[in-house]
Amino acid sequence: MGKMVPGVLAAFQHIDAACDAIGALRAQGRKDFTVYSASPNHELEHALGIENSPVRLFTLIGGVTGVAAGIGMTYWMSLDWPLLVGGKPIATVPPYVVFMFELMVLLGALSTVAGLVIMSLTKPTTGLAYDPSFSDDRIGIFVPCGSSDAPVVERMLREAGSVEVRHAA
Amino acid sequence: MAVIARDPSTPTQTQHEVTRDVVNTLGTAGRGYYLLTGAIVALFLVGLVTFILLLKDGLGLAGYTPPIFWSVYITTFVFWIGIGHAGTLISAILFLFRSPWRTAVYRATEAMTVFAVMTAALFPIIHIGRQWFFYWLLPYPNQRWLWPNFKSPLVWDVFAISTYFTVSATFLCVGLVPDVAAARDLVTGWRQKVYSIFSLGWKGTDNQWRHYSRAYLYLAALATPLVLSVHSVVSWDFAMSIVPGWHGTIFAPYFVAGAIYSGVGMVLTLMIPLRKALKLEHMITEYHFDNLAKLTLLTGSILFYAYAMEYFVGWYSGNTYEQTTFWRRAFGPAWWGGWTMIICNAFVSQLFWFRKIRTNLTALFVISVFINVGMWFERYVIITSSLSNDFLPYAWSQMNPTWADWGILAGSFGWFGMWFLLFARSFPVVAIQELKELIPMPRLRKGGH
Repeated sequence: MGKMVPGVLAAFQHIDAACDAIGALRAQGRKDFTVYSASPNHELEHALGIENSPVRLFTLIGGVTGVAAGIGMTYWMSLDWPLLVGGKPIATVPPYVVFMFELMVLLGALSTVAGLVIMSLTKPTTGLAYDPSFSDDRIGIFVPCGSSDAPVVERMLREAGSVEVRHAA
Repeated sequence: MAVIARDPSTPTQTQHEVTRDVVNTLGTAGRGYYLLTGAIVALFLVGLVTFILLLKDGLGLAGYTPPIFWSVYITTFVFWIGIGHAGTLISAILFLFRSPWRTAVYRATEAMTVFAVMTAALFPIIHIGRQWFFYWLLPYPNQRWLWPNFKSPLVWDVFAISTYFTVSATFLCVGLVPDVAAARDLVTGWRQKVYSIFSLGWKGTDNQWRHYSRAYLYLAALATPLVLSVHSVVSWDFAMSIVPGWHGTIFAPYFVAGAIYSGVGMVLTLMIPLRKALKLEHMITEYHFDNLAKLTLLTGSILFYAYAMEYFVGWYSGNTYEQTTFWRRAFGPAWWGGWTMIICNAFVSQLFWFRKIRTNLTALFVISVFINVGMWFERYVIITSSLSNDFLPYAWSQMNPTWADWGILAGSFGWFGMWFLLFARSFPVVAIQELKELIPMPRLRKGGH
């Protein structure tokens, strides 16, 4: 077990209560808190002010690289060992579109997954307090804070409608 | 007082009940499961022994009869690739269309896709004869710097199938991560340790969901054209040649519709007993089967049209070779194959116009078996009937499959079934996380979002 981050962990049963708590935390200027949920939720995203994920850039770059690889591979390999059949062109676009397309999908998909992994690692979860009920039916909010801040944060989360609040580490 | 109809796609369970009921399907299994697994493994061993004999003695063991050098193995290859298509349609295409009924059934169908493609991918290797040289199909820098012929549909196939397998497996694994994390948080002991490894540290944080939701959407967007392209490429294995009965522009959409039809047939065959065995009747309901049957009706009707169009174009073309080929499909020596395909696919699917049949699970199961049989025969008829009378009349012949053909076919069902049964007991067969998205979360205050 790594070192735990000190803070306050709250569990919410109601979506509107969790959103209120997020709103209150943001109004205080806090940005470093973490919200846990069992599934993605638009209301939570809205309350958190979540912007579009940069994963799409990974998809785009992977897809474009795939098309380029498809063009490069087919043309270079065809011209490297030219097979003249029936007077037809050595390298030609229509049959090679299949390779461009397949490699676009392949590299696009793999780079999307790479993007997901890389972007998820930008905010590591190691050391953050967690409760198994967050993958079941509760929404969790973990606010990292020192012991002096903790009572204020705890009161705020309780007032918002948290069903359980505890101190972590 | 007005009665508000409940949306049938919204689960009746609470979020906790969804987690509990799906996680309960994992782990310990009854005697029936082990008996079935034993039978399936035995079937796989039949295939394995046949394959070893093929390696030892060569393709002469199979019933290839000149000029028919594509037969049961290629038929079964196309059959399994087709089976995979319904999974991607339900998991990716219906995801993009925001079709909520897919949620309860998509995980099992997606797993089916991956295992079906794993099965199909074995067949080109089995079929090439000198199986140990299969890597010649790949563009690798060999000693003489020879490259594959990129104008050949067979090389297109290599790229299409390997991409399809990689992307389908990736899509399945990405979808599984939050659900495995939910299982990790509910089970104890060594199983918790195993699920901890597979959940890759997933905690469902806002940052993780932010990137996950987007990544999943883009994977679905990439898988959607991919699934349509894969069976088109498979169809071009045939359509790019000038063999009568194969050289048709209708082949790509005809094969894609057939693939989805056969895939949904297999989904029905698997899901009807599976939901009972795993006690998931309250999650996978009549509503889901009704929708699956409607999908079968749609694709079956497209097939009906394609069959009719094939015969019509054969006649209308005025081309003697085309006309003869289609005449022989219906009235030639292998007429039984031609009619099996027409009856099982074009006609049996029309029974789904009746709601009573669409919601009767026994009828659905029986019809699904007819679909599986019909779609295997469709590929068998397309391949062997065209090859049996191709160019030189003196070479015309009939195909007679041998034990080596049937052994590999049986083994393929064993191989597929083995993976599917293992998956059904080890990983959530219903998507916990997506099902929960459909359940409205409780509120302190009245009124919605």
